[in-house]
Amino acid sequence: MLKPEDKIFKNLYNELGWEIDSALKRDDWRNTKEIISKGREWIIDEIKTSELRGRGGAGFSTGLKWSFAPKEVGSRPHYLVINADESEPGTCKDRDILRFEPQKLIEGCLVAGYTVNAHTCYIYIRGEYFNEGQRLQEAINQAYEKKFLGKDACGTGWDFNIHIHFGAGAYICGEETALLESIEGNKGQPRLKPPFPALVGLYGCPTIVNNVETIAVVPTILRRTGKWFASLGKPKNTGTKIFCISGNVNSPCNVEEEMGIPLKELIEKHAGGVIGGWDNLQAVIPGGSSMPLLPKKICDTITMDFDSLIENKSGLGTAGIVVINNDQDIIAFMARIARFYKHESCGQCTPCREGSGWMWRILDRTAKGNATHSDINLLADVTKQIEGHTICAFGEGSAWPVQGLLRHFRKEIDKRCNNDPLVKKKKDVPYLVNQHLLEKDNA
Amino acid sequence: MSLKKIYSEQPDNFIFSNENLKIVDSILEKYPKKNKKSAVMPLLYLAQKQNKNWIPLAAMKYIAKFLSIPYIQVYEVATFYSMYNLSPVGKYFVQICTTSPCLIRGADKLVKICKEKISPNEREMSKNGDCSWIEVECLGACVNAPMMQINEDYYEDLNEKTTKEILDSLIKGAPLKPGSYRGRKNTSPEKKNILNGDIHA
Repeated sequence: MLKPEDKIFKNLYNELGWEIDSALKRDDWRNTKEIISKGREWIIDEIKTSELRGRGGAGFSTGLKWSFAPKEVGSRPHYLVINADESEPGTCKDRDILRFEPQKLIEGCLVAGYTVNAHTCYIYIRGEYFNEGQRLQEAINQAYEKKFLGKDACGTGWDFNIHIHFGAGAYICGEETALLESIEGNKGQPRLKPPFPALVGLYGCPTIVNNVETIAVVPTILRRTGKWFASLGKPKNTGTKIFCISGNVNSPCNVEEEMGIPLKELIEKHAGGVIGGWDNLQAVIPGGSSMPLLPKKICDTITMDFDSLIENKSGLGTAGIVVINNDQDIIAFMARIARFYKHESCGQCTPCREGSGWMWRILDRTAKGNATHSDINLLADVTKQIEGHTICAFGEGSAWPVQGLLRHFRKEIDKRCNNDPLVKKKKDVPYLVNQHLLEKDNA
Repeated sequence: MSLKKIYSEQPDNFIFSNENLKIVDSILEKYPKKNKKSAVMPLLYLAQKQNKNWIPLAAMKYIAKFLSIPYIQVYEVATFYSMYNLSPVGKYFVQICTTSPCLIRGADKLVKICKEKISPNEREMSKNGDCSWIEVECLGACVNAPMMQINEDYYEDLNEKTTKEILDSLIKGAPLKPGSYRGRKNTSPEKKNILNGDIHA
């Protein structure tokens, strides 16, 4: 369990106050000038030593990402973009950072901006977080007053400005290239990669896009050294992480914990246990709705880190843990997730636009008991046709949870798919004109 | 992608008020001079705020001229994003999160109450013309489920009783305070155990 002194976000529940004065007492903005004066190479090396992996879902090495930015500024300016478009069902960690630890984020922006040669930073906040955005703007204004931002920010000789851009309710804008399109004033439809944003990003300029949590932990890592961060958690899955535990638990909460903590310990110690006891557990989604669910058998022993979840054909994602107990209908639950993806598909690639609707309709039929046996294979087939055939990772994000359901709850679905209007077994079917429909392979 | 209908009765004209024109200047400062188009989203928000929380076609044309971009580029942005209302909504606009994490904590019951108290259908005005409601996708407060957003504020940790109270207060025109309705501090864990989820909806 994480020691209190190793916690990075000490004000996660706003017990100490979010204003800049109380943030300064919590060591924010301490030694920022000295850290930056050590130079870009040192910062990137230190982050590489810490083995910090991006907290937005993909888990890509942050130090490596920063090193992709061109070393010299050419004719095009560099940009830093912070992704605060947090819309993954089950995730609400960035909201607390924006509300209660804004100075950590702002300081991280300055350090990251200096490292990737950016003078301008855009923070893209989802439109629904209006109040959180206002709070962040206040915090930014306070930082300007203290001369931590603006011309010669924090006495480092680096000019740095932060602007907030509000989204307007599109989940897809959490995808980095869609987010850039959205800032440019277009529909949020992802771009093809390559070229990657690090070379051709916002307004065609080199751009580094990072998650809020990733940037907010950077100043603490640099102050307490990368070795300290790497000593927490497991090898290659280092440090601390904010877990959001929601669903059928006795006291749902956000909590900062070490990476690699067992799932059972996390739920029982921090979230008051599953409603109706651990034996009443049906399944857990470990990392936001895009990640395949895990049945109870795996939940008994699984640890929460990137690699061990990938071994179990799931993923840590954003660490939004949704607990589902036996009182819930798992198929109706998944049908609702499929409806979410159908609603949020941007409509650019046909497999995703059409397939997400197919998945929802089949799952909805199954939940209501109107599905046929052939529907199960059809569903599996549709997920395979979406996966890997789209521009962005939304296709995988919508197909994987359904594949997870098919992998772990096949029996449950089989029981529901008794409705078979066309073929009745043990019944002598007379010759029909549309005989070919009886051949399931042709249907 | 959201399915939205353009309202049948459109005003002929739209211009920003003088106060809003000042805000427009500060918005344009944020973006590089040659990339004025970036301001289309904030300007649509501004137009929506000025026009009782919905955007008429005239406002889109006005913004297009203002930023010297084609009208269709404003139109496609306004129709793509779900938070731009293209037809009138209530003075109190209730949005209920019904995505899975809220659903398993009883968001469907909240929807039922909205149907009883406000109007039987989504996007329909209540009898006194002050409220309307819709179901929305994840609002990013899953730990505080079930929850709803009224205009800009989050009402969290609801159950059937508190939802009824909140909706009644809206109809009376004196809305209750936003925040947690189980008396907890933000997203912190609660000390007392709730047995079998009796307390939440």
